[in-house]
Amino acid sequence: MKPFAYRRADDVAAAVALLSQDRHAVFLGGGTNLVDHLRLGVATPDTLVDVSRLPLDRIEELPGGGLRVGATVRNSDLAADPLVRQRYPVLSQALLSGASGQLRNAATTAGNLLQRTRCVYFQDVTTACNKRDPGSGCSALGGYQRYHAILGASPECTATHPSDMAVAMAALDAVVQVVGPDGERAVPIGDFHRLPGDRPHHDTVLGHGDLVTAVDLPPLPETVRSRYRKVRDRASYAFALVSVAAALDVRDGVVADVRIALGGVAHKPWRASLAEQELRGAPATEDSFRRAAEAELAAAQPVDGNAFKVPLARNTLVATLRELTGGTPR
Amino acid sequence: MTATQGRVRPRAIGTPLDRLDGRAKVTGSARYAYEQPVGEPVYLHAVQATVARGRITGIDTEAAAAVPGVLAVLTHRNAPRLADTRDAELAVLQSDAVAFRGQFVGGVVATTSEAARYAASLVRTTYDTQPHDSVLRPDRDDLYAPESVNGGFATDTEQGDVEAALASAAVTVDQTYTTAMNHNNPMEPHTTVAVWNDGELTLYESTQGVHMVRSQVAPLFGLQPDEVHVVSPFVGGGFGSKGTPHAPVVLAAMAARLVPGRAVRFALTRPQMFFVAGYRTPTVQHIRLGADRGGRLTAISVDAVSQTSRIKEFAEQTAVAARMMYAAPHRRTTHRLARLDVPVPSWMRAPGECPGMFAAEVAMDELAEACGLDPVELRIRNEPATDPETGRPFSSRNLVACLREGARRIGWERREQAPRSRREAGHLVGLGVAASVYPVFWMPGSSATVRAGAGGRYTVSIGAADLGTGTWTALAQIAADALEVPVERVELRIGDTAFPPASVAGGSSGITAWGSAVVHAARRLRETYGNAPPDGAEATGETGDNPATERFAMYAFGAQFAEVRVDEETGEVRVPRLVGVFAAGCVINPKTARSQLVGGMTMGLSMALHEESHVDGRLGQVANHDLAEYHIAANADVGDIDVSWIDEDDPHVNPMGSKGIGEIGIVGTAAAVANAAHNATGVRVRDLPITLDKLLGDPGAGNGPAVRRR
Amino acid sequence: MRVTFTVNGRPQEADDVWEGESLLYVLRERMGLPGSKNACEQGECGSCTVRLDGVPVCSCLVAAGQVQGRRVDTVEGLAGEDGELSAIQQAFVDAGAVQCGFCTPGLLVAADELLEHNPSPSDGDIREALSGNLCRCTGYEKILDAVRLAAARTGQGV
Repeated sequence: MKPFAYRRADDVAAAVALLSQDRHAVFLGGGTNLVDHLRLGVATPDTLVDVSRLPLDRIEELPGGGLRVGATVRNSDLAADPLVRQRYPVLSQALLSGASGQLRNAATTAGNLLQRTRCVYFQDVTTACNKRDPGSGCSALGGYQRYHAILGASPECTATHPSDMAVAMAALDAVVQVVGPDGERAVPIGDFHRLPGDRPHHDTVLGHGDLVTAVDLPPLPETVRSRYRKVRDRASYAFALVSVAAALDVRDGVVADVRIALGGVAHKPWRASLAEQELRGAPATEDSFRRAAEAELAAAQPVDGNAFKVPLARNTLVATLRELTGGTPR
Repeated sequence: MTATQGRVRPRAIGTPLDRLDGRAKVTGSARYAYEQPVGEPVYLHAVQATVARGRITGIDTEAAAAVPGVLAVLTHRNAPRLADTRDAELAVLQSDAVAFRGQFVGGVVATTSEAARYAASLVRTTYDTQPHDSVLRPDRDDLYAPESVNGGFATDTEQGDVEAALASAAVTVDQTYTTAMNHNNPMEPHTTVAVWNDGELTLYESTQGVHMVRSQVAPLFGLQPDEVHVVSPFVGGGFGSKGTPHAPVVLAAMAARLVPGRAVRFALTRPQMFFVAGYRTPTVQHIRLGADRGGRLTAISVDAVSQTSRIKEFAEQTAVAARMMYAAPHRRTTHRLARLDVPVPSWMRAPGECPGMFAAEVAMDELAEACGLDPVELRIRNEPATDPETGRPFSSRNLVACLREGARRIGWERREQAPRSRREAGHLVGLGVAASVYPVFWMPGSSATVRAGAGGRYTVSIGAADLGTGTWTALAQIAADALEVPVERVELRIGDTAFPPASVAGGSSGITAWGSAVVHAARRLRETYGNAPPDGAEATGETGDNPATERFAMYAFGAQFAEVRVDEETGEVRVPRLVGVFAAGCVINPKTARSQLVGGMTMGLSMALHEESHVDGRLGQVANHDLAEYHIAANADVGDIDVSWIDEDDPHVNPMGSKGIGEIGIVGTAAAVANAAHNATGVRVRDLPITLDKLLGDPGAGNGPAVRRR
Repeated sequence: MRVTFTVNGRPQEADDVWEGESLLYVLRERMGLPGSKNACEQGECGSCTVRLDGVPVCSCLVAAGQVQGRRVDTVEGLAGEDGELSAIQQAFVDAGAVQCGFCTPGLLVAADELLEHNPSPSDGDIREALSGNLCRCTGYEKILDAVRLAAARTGQGV
């Protein structure tokens, strides 16, 4: 591991200032992703600015029924929070389906949002990777791509975002609160993560020195039911092949509102807008669910070894929506 | 006298004694190799090749050497010359040639492990790269037949006229099966602490055999065996990967030579274990079975292909179990190898039987289906009276009893013969069966010393190993019964070349070999000194020969049953239930034995559902080289595992009447799971692992049965 | 840098700690506490599990600087001062949940924390709490048995 300096920030302004002074400084949260990357040589900063003890560890109610989740709230605490469990079951379920107890105890909200892909080539510094080393090429193309994208990929990068939490937040229309060198701003989660395009080394729209301070969860109508379903290669402790976060509001057998995000299929949590469009106003039936899934996946472009993700995503989405309408699993 | 004369009267044997090393392990005080107190150690980190084949044209160590704390940088240019380089896997840093990606091309010694790791990352190597070939394909035209296969078995066998028998068979199965490359991945990475003092080498080593390490490492450094001391009291698992020395121990010993008197600590990182610590070769097996309408086999043909390394041959004995498992007058087996630019394959739990019985037992399931027969009944109908290969009687063979008891335990009568007939809450449910087998190997060459102490106490010494298997406990029980004293009066000493030679913990042979030596030593002590030997009286015994091995075919058998549930929409596979019934002679310690068998079946389940090292042929390396991407079964993947054994009295195998149980548990599990998955879904998965994508979609599409009925 | 923290109830001080060292490294190499094992160094196996301010974490992923002023509990702190095994340790021995022993310390720390917060866990609770601890020997069955046994004994006030 390359030597680096360690600084602990006492408040948000100091954290941002410390980073802004140093092009090669990075924030350290729970460490579950970054410490691994330091050891692998994937990350080679000069300075770590430890923000894990900033006073951002609270979950507060927002006027109107939403919640503000502090950036350093641990994943396990967020999953167990009574208000989160009551109002946003999809988020609690997503968190609990991720990683392991030990990792959730250490990982922070902001860190989870910002975790980097688990593409095996990104993690291996002896191989080419545009995300790790811009311009070096993409080893995944033509290689081992079981966990790679079927939507929104580019010739530069087919990696997927590994977070479960962020998929649920995408379905919930969360808003990321950011403090940067130029002040505060709010970024809708749909705009927070990027598709790879020709700049896959940028996972998000954050600039150097930008610090995530909180994530706001807007209120959901009481009639909305939500759920997270994750399909993976092990029964636990594995990244998603495909996951579905869905919030569904059915009134009189008709879909009044729906929000769907897919995980494991793209460089970012994939908001399934086409499926939502298909479903709004449609009868809450198996046929509608299937048509919606197919509308969303029509643009899917699987790569070698992951064509199965298309039917898998379709079936998982249909099954999740069916369960939300109270249908017993078929 | 021979070692098997007279059975030991079991008293401690057969009791579920708690593991004697348990306390040390639950308090964190058990010292594994890396943790042995060695004064002020220094640390080694390896540098690995980043091409799959070629020559090193330049190796720049300047930046590495400049890192504070770095004491030495090893490369092929300055590495000590080895006295014996015939084993190319162990001829570390002896030339500029690179034979596989990840091969050691250097090492850094530093005062902290972090400095060593960082400096290693700064070594810059350039190569003259040559084209490489790292992927096993069965259709290659350069497959070759090795002289023999692992274990010394014949490469090919043929009896009768297989082609004619197949041509005239009423029912045939003709299919190709593949098993994935697997990596052993014991929880403890391969570890060496090496120190040179006065020209002698001491190795604290995570190994399955201290004497085996001594005998193989000594000649490399031009030493006499007694100039190499190997210490290994606790081992965090091995599963074959610590059964022979690999490159790490050599690199550590070389590095230590540069800092005489100081101990060098060296542990592989988890990713490095996918390059230099052995692995199970992938296999491709073409199986043809011929039978009459009643399912009686007339012909068995197995053609097995696996890979080896260009620098050293390892020939997995994939087809040997098919030679003895079932009766059929016409039989042939072949083994062919592809020589690739890959790390050297090696032993992984039940080499040969494990991948071979996957293919053979799925083929038997296909035959049962083609004959319209119950798969349990099919196996019973093909039970041979004597070993089909040698004509010798079996010393004991209770496969049928295992099948019947297992069928009772799993509720086999609930199984629907037609696939895809049982649905429960969105899941397709099925049951499957497969047989297990593992040979009883007799490994000569071990000896043990029993020394009488004060107060009727005894010290038993033998350079054996406990990888977590239970040797500490089971061998103490054997010694106690041989001496006819309570276990508390026996102190066992193992895991050190200071103790008498012992064969490697491999081939499920440890308790047979070491136990026989201990029994022999105890009897000699009694013969010489009677029941009250004076303090300090001592006797040594040997494993010796067992003439019965010439007269009998000796195997342990078992039957495994699986219940599989498959999500109809996602293809997710779960195995809520496994049943294993084994016939393995006398069970020395039911508690540790059960752990071994449950653990073996769990590893078989892991092989069935998860384990696959994906080779990226362009790079020539395993792409998923860590525990995040190379999945082994985690807690939630394992359901109820019901292990039992039948009473089996085998007077021929050894003085304890025991058969090895370390490996048989993994043999057949994957086939039972695959067969149950077929019963559940109608999809026949012939290529491990059984991942959800293989069960997703139309069961008829392209994966249907290639069976012929006349 | 100097790091001051509490290990198994005792204040500890480590000098000249390099910032890149992990808590696992500090425990094993500087504190003489090798009970916590290094098996993957990536948070993918749980062998290095310790409690940090009471909650189980993978010590391989905690930077040394992050433990300043905090409380760390390792497997070495489970048994009593007199050497008497804790309920969970004794149950692991009695149930035969130990084989090679390399995953054992991490499992004990995780299980101990589970029982502290949930004295009578369901099988699902146990599997969930221990899902981050890989074991290659036992097949997990006896580990579940051990946690059930410890829960039963503790519940009976033994």
